[in-house]
Amino acid sequence: MTVRDGLIGVVCLAGVALLAGLPFVVADYGLSLAINIMSYTVLATAWSLFSGPTRYVSLATVAFFGIGAYTTAVFVEALAWPLVLLIAMAVGSVVASLVGLATLRLSGVYFVIFSFGLAELVRQLVTWFEVNKTRTLGRYVFADITAAQIYWQLLALAVLVFAIGFLIGRSRLGLALRAIGDDETVARHSGIDVTRAKVALFVLSTVFMTLTGAIMAPRWTYIDPAIAFNPVVSFTVLIMALLGGVHRLYGPVLGVVPLALLFEYLLARFPNHFSIMVGLVFIVIVYLIPRGVVGLVEDTVRQRTAAKGAA
Amino acid sequence: MLLEVTLSGATLGGMYALVALGLTLQYGVARIMNLSYGELLVAAAFAALWFYTGVAVSPLVGLIVVPPLAFALSFGIYRVLLQPLVRRAKTRDALEVDSILATFGLLFVIQGVMLAIFGGAYFSYSFLAVPLQIAGATVAANRLLALVLAVVIGVGLYLGLTRTRIGTAVRAVAVDPVAAELVAIDVRTASALAFALGGALVAASGVLVSMFLTFNANLGVVFTLKALVVVIMGGVGNLLGALIAGLLLGLVENYVAVFVDPGLTLAATYAIFLIVLLVRPQGILGRASR
Amino acid sequence: MSRTLLEIDGLTRRFGGLVAVDALGFTVAEHEIVGLLGPNGSGKTTVLNLLSGVLRPDAGRIAFRGHAIAGLPAHRIARLGMARTFQLVRPLASLSCHDNVRTGLAFGRRRAWGAAADAEAGRLLDRVGLGGVRGSLPGELTYIDQKRLELARALALQPDLLLLDEWLAGLNPTELDAGIELVRSLNGQGITILLVEHVMDAIRSLCHRCVVMNAGRLIAAGLPAEVLADREVVRAYLGEDDNDRGGGHA
Repeated sequence: MTVRDGLIGVVCLAGVALLAGLPFVVADYGLSLAINIMSYTVLATAWSLFSGPTRYVSLATVAFFGIGAYTTAVFVEALAWPLVLLIAMAVGSVVASLVGLATLRLSGVYFVIFSFGLAELVRQLVTWFEVNKTRTLGRYVFADITAAQIYWQLLALAVLVFAIGFLIGRSRLGLALRAIGDDETVARHSGIDVTRAKVALFVLSTVFMTLTGAIMAPRWTYIDPAIAFNPVVSFTVLIMALLGGVHRLYGPVLGVVPLALLFEYLLARFPNHFSIMVGLVFIVIVYLIPRGVVGLVEDTVRQRTAAKGAA
Repeated sequence: MLLEVTLSGATLGGMYALVALGLTLQYGVARIMNLSYGELLVAAAFAALWFYTGVAVSPLVGLIVVPPLAFALSFGIYRVLLQPLVRRAKTRDALEVDSILATFGLLFVIQGVMLAIFGGAYFSYSFLAVPLQIAGATVAANRLLALVLAVVIGVGLYLGLTRTRIGTAVRAVAVDPVAAELVAIDVRTASALAFALGGALVAASGVLVSMFLTFNANLGVVFTLKALVVVIMGGVGNLLGALIAGLLLGLVENYVAVFVDPGLTLAATYAIFLIVLLVRPQGILGRASR
Repeated sequence: MSRTLLEIDGLTRRFGGLVAVDALGFTVAEHEIVGLLGPNGSGKTTVLNLLSGVLRPDAGRIAFRGHAIAGLPAHRIARLGMARTFQLVRPLASLSCHDNVRTGLAFGRRRAWGAAADAEAGRLLDRVGLGGVRGSLPGELTYIDQKRLELARALALQPDLLLLDEWLAGLNPTELDAGIELVRSLNGQGITILLVEHVMDAIRSLCHRCVVMNAGRLIAAGLPAEVLADREVVRAYLGEDDNDRGGGHA
């Protein structure tokens, strides 16, 4: 077992090293595609970190992504980069804690409704603030950051999200979440503070979303509320995570890679009908692959084994 | 001034109540959490716009033509898209998650179609835009007409649900689908009917809304959210609760828009929602469940 | 008699128009085994739900080890040292037997984790007679063994008070004897037990005292033999109406 774990560790390290070398071998287009895939890898993995075990469908990914992006836009010229990221983390955590404390002690549907309009709410509040207080709608993001640097930061963030997901799986919080996923009442009677576990996980998952937004902002050079809080992002993340499979840590990334490539193609080919296409792809996934690619593979393997056992 | 704001707030609130009535049918009876609900409202508003500006037909005619179409469309959506999910769901929670996901996809499809046809611009048309004097306050005739029609539709629905056999069957399914089945109610048909009726109601609201509000292809999400908030505030499946909550939301929003800032109306919605979540999560008229 | 561990006073809970528990009051002393009896629908399980924090009482006071616990969330009550089993067994289905017990250890009073918790989980599974199936999923166990598993999970909280909701129901005579012996030995270790039960043999041989409910109210309390002979109790079980499921045993 430990030899196998060690082997997996070595393979992961080698994979990360290979990925880190990517900017030296690919051209601009390849790098921008890699950045796209990497950012969605973080977002989808972070999404399923919370929504996988709790089964609460969060529709608010872009609310936190946008908060991060806006934090960068506001502070990037005045403050040092690590400080910008810290502020983004702080703002995102505060919003996530408020949302979590208000809704996560109730049944899941309240959370879904709250998260459904959250991006729109934040977008309107930012718009209101910019129009009334700063009297500017839309900001230029002048940052001295190259595409390769953005890619490396996202890669580091991806490594971090996987590491934390792995550690949670082995921690008390992980055991608590599995118990909650099975039977909330029993979990409570075993001494688990269910609300606290959910809020903690929600905040953790949104911190990664906020950071992704903050890191990605310099890619745009210009952002306004409509760009930063584009609901298609929440939707895309949801589809990718579901296609991959949310009950395994490595599941979402299996959905991210094919869909990022497919969407890249669709966006180029049908720029005006993109959301129709994405909606249709999504419906197909919900109907045909409800447990994701990972679930599909696991089910097939189980059936094979069962068939062998019977024969 | 206060009276005028109150009156126009009541119109808006009446509209929210009507929109929420349809959603409470879909969620309370058919157990479908329909996130694409508001898209149908916007589609109906566009239909009314097209009737009026394209072929010069009054939105009142639109009000007769559009809801039956929406009824048929919703019935089809339920049978083709949602019934497979109902069949595959093992628990109510599983159906809730599946219906959220499927209708979220539907949201983007319908919204994408409307964006492709109409773009993101705001639309409105001028129908009965004449000021009326009521008790010293000025109200636009189209707003008043919309409110009156909303009341008529709402009362009609209430009577239909409480006084007819089929209405009783629908209400029985809302209370307990298993028990309803035991007393020989066809739960599947009742659910499909309730879902379709919800679609017809939201389409009717869309036609009414188009008479006095400007709208665009992106507005559906906001209406869905407000309808959801009203349904939760009123207590799921509670028609009277939806009415009270709808009026409350319309009034508060209008006061905020006029006296504070129109950019903060959604914030007002959320503030009310938060208060309800913290103080009375089972809804204004909802009962604590066992 | 020794110190009072649990004191209930004026406990009331309504569901709509139905008063499920109506101004109920009784006490449980340390080291006692108390039987909570009554015909079906008399409100016994509701009382357990109020005690363990599933439901909030509409009125009344519950004192446990001197703490006022009425309306506290279930996890806080569990951590104070009250554990329970459920009428219909509720194992954590995707967790192995070992992990089911580890859950109680990790979040109960001891907050045990790591190697110590693993050893303790093994010891508890042995204690209830499940030593051989540590790695199995609950779904692979028999109904009786699932009940044992649930008991082990409850014991993992290191409770002072154990609430057993018909834990002995549905056992065959041999299993019943073993079950009674297990409950008695837990009591011998110092755990106070409040049990809801219909199996009269178990009540007679285990309980030091009984309290009897009917329609949400307390109708009798005292020694098992006295209480079971009480006219009102007999009438409640056998009934003027034909509710006689509990009466079959009495």
